Amino acid sequence: MSADEPHRSRTDDQWGDDDLPVIPDIAVATSVGLIERPPLLAEAMGDDGVHEEGTSLWKGAFQRLVRNPSAIIGAVIVAGFVLIAVFAPVLAPYEPAGSQWISQITPSTLPPFSPEHPLGLDPFGSDLLTQLIFGARQSLIIGVVSTVLGLIGGAILGGLAGAFGGWVDVLVMRLVDILLSIPSLLLAVSVAAVMGRQPLAIMVAIAAAQVPIFARLLRGSMLSESRKDYVLASWSLGLRRRTITMGHVLPNSLGPVLVQATLSLATAIIEVAALSYLGLGDPDPAVAEWGRMLVKAQERLQSAPHLTLFPGICIAVTALGFTLLGEALREALDPKSRR
Amino acid sequence: MLRFAVRRILLLVPVLFGLSVLLFLWLRALPGDPARALLGEKATPEAIARINAQYGFDQPILQQYLTYVGQLVRGDFGSSPRTGEPVVETFLLRFPATIELALAALLFAVVIGIPLGYLAAKRAGGMIDTLTVSASLAGVVVPVFVLAYLLKVVFAVGLPGWEWLAVLPSSGRQSVTIDATHVTNFYVLDGLLTGELDAAWDAILHLILPAIALGSIPLAIIVRMTRASVLDVLHEDYVRTARAKGLPSGLVSRRHVLRNALLPVTTTIGLQTGALLAGAVLTESVFAINGIGSYLFEAISNLDFAVLQGFIVFIALVYALVNLVVDLLYGLIDPRLRTR
Repeated sequence: MSADEPHRSRTDDQWGDDDLPVIPDIAVATSVGLIERPPLLAEAMGDDGVHEEGTSLWKGAFQRLVRNPSAIIGAVIVAGFVLIAVFAPVLAPYEPAGSQWISQITPSTLPPFSPEHPLGLDPFGSDLLTQLIFGARQSLIIGVVSTVLGLIGGAILGGLAGAFGGWVDVLVMRLVDILLSIPSLLLAVSVAAVMGRQPLAIMVAIAAAQVPIFARLLRGSMLSESRKDYVLASWSLGLRRRTITMGHVLPNSLGPVLVQATLSLATAIIEVAALSYLGLGDPDPAVAEWGRMLVKAQERLQSAPHLTLFPGICIAVTALGFTLLGEALREALDPKSRR
Repeated sequence: MLRFAVRRILLLVPVLFGLSVLLFLWLRALPGDPARALLGEKATPEAIARINAQYGFDQPILQQYLTYVGQLVRGDFGSSPRTGEPVVETFLLRFPATIELALAALLFAVVIGIPLGYLAAKRAGGMIDTLTVSASLAGVVVPVFVLAYLLKVVFAVGLPGWEWLAVLPSSGRQSVTIDATHVTNFYVLDGLLTGELDAAWDAILHLILPAIALGSIPLAIIVRMTRASVLDVLHEDYVRTARAKGLPSGLVSRRHVLRNALLPVTTTIGLQTGALLAGAVLTESVFAINGIGSYLFEAISNLDFAVLQGFIVFIALVYALVNLVVDLLYGLIDPRLRTR
């Protein structure tokens, strides 16, 4: 695995003046954007300067993506989920967590499905369909916020390790190893338990569990990217380390991170449910959140299994959408499929 | 091989050291004054000073850390303020249940997963392949405790009209009616050791549903890993050569394809330990199994931090040790790795 290979840092003296050609190879120089391509050469090489090559990778990936049926299914699920979450107040027939029909609920029975309540009522006397629709919103917020937090944390750690190498790399990666030695759910549990029951706690907890994964991924992909020929070419042209790292290595290393972010959204949505189940979620039992709804439904599992089934299906389908999309993205960005 | 093993074990030391620092800082980051938390809001300053002196909270932070590490090294993971029991004792008492469950789940995942992944790869793109890949996706996206509950309702409690499906026990590790002798606290093993076969059988019946629920995610991962790995190996030159020189296809599959394909799968299985232990927290509480998972569940419900911290150090240790064993196994299977 490339992530585990020792990092060979490229110090400037390794690429000292002796190795530098006095006049950089003009074809190479133009393709890394160092100088503008003269018209004749542009004609000979075609007009694929660095900028266009950069987009053509993503363009190619996109073209592969739309040809992949599972990517389409994933994208449709994700789009549907996001639309439902955004337009929840318009789509839902009632107010969420209203408990307006609490009088119809008894400890052992729920009223049957009716035209007014196509999926019936939840044990708190709210409309189940409304709760499910607003649950999408909650899942989206938690999923996106926690993934973004985890991504930022992981990108800072992994970026530091990948950009500086040497002892920074060793230090950061040992920290990541330690975090990885705790199963992610337990890491999330410990963070959530320390922060107490507040809405932000669950997001920070899930983010904390994602940080080491992102860090390791970004560092590994930066390392393998920095060994490539175009980076060598940039060094030999005398570009500065910062330009190479920020302008070339980092943007080209983001593919796997993006894939992981998509997959992390799926994990986040599932882990919210697990944390809710462990009693670390939002303290308000009537709140429209799928994991929370599942937990509360268990008391009535035998008499009303649909209370468990519907939120369970919502979680599974949403997670499936993000997983399909993420994996299709991974395949599309894979250099092996680039031909 | 010995050097390889020693190197691997030495690599564990910095990780465990770092973990102890991290957990200690985390412990210090706990909001509030620990003495006040123990004594309550109405504690007198003298009582707080006494507790601080007793637990060493008034010592310099480095000294506190050294004391903490000293305790860890001696196997003292603290005790639960709620029950007063030492964390380690409760762990050891309850650990067999969790190991039994995790092993059963792993057995389920491996026995089904490897052949299924192999078959899917052999007929890539076919019916079995499509079904397997879809099912493994489903296995990953369904939350463990949802699956556990659904299994419990269908096969143990019984849905109205489908009661005939409910043939398995719904909770616990053994029926209360069975008067079994317990030697090791591994109930299946106990039954076999003492010759009480009905007790062992009963314990196995109790394991089936929890093991399927807990094993679903490792199963999905093992299937996908085996499939990908076999696909890779099938395209290797040495497989083509083996076929070309006329080896029977069964021999090629066994000796060349499977043996090489299972290397990455071994690592994957080792990495599942964490998922199994975390999943046990959810599964054990659904099926009322008295393992460390349900112990942690109780600790979380009661916000019992001492148990939580002890648990995490303990799990990290187990996780690290299992992965050490996997690394060593890996070295045994693949001689090339020993030299690195």
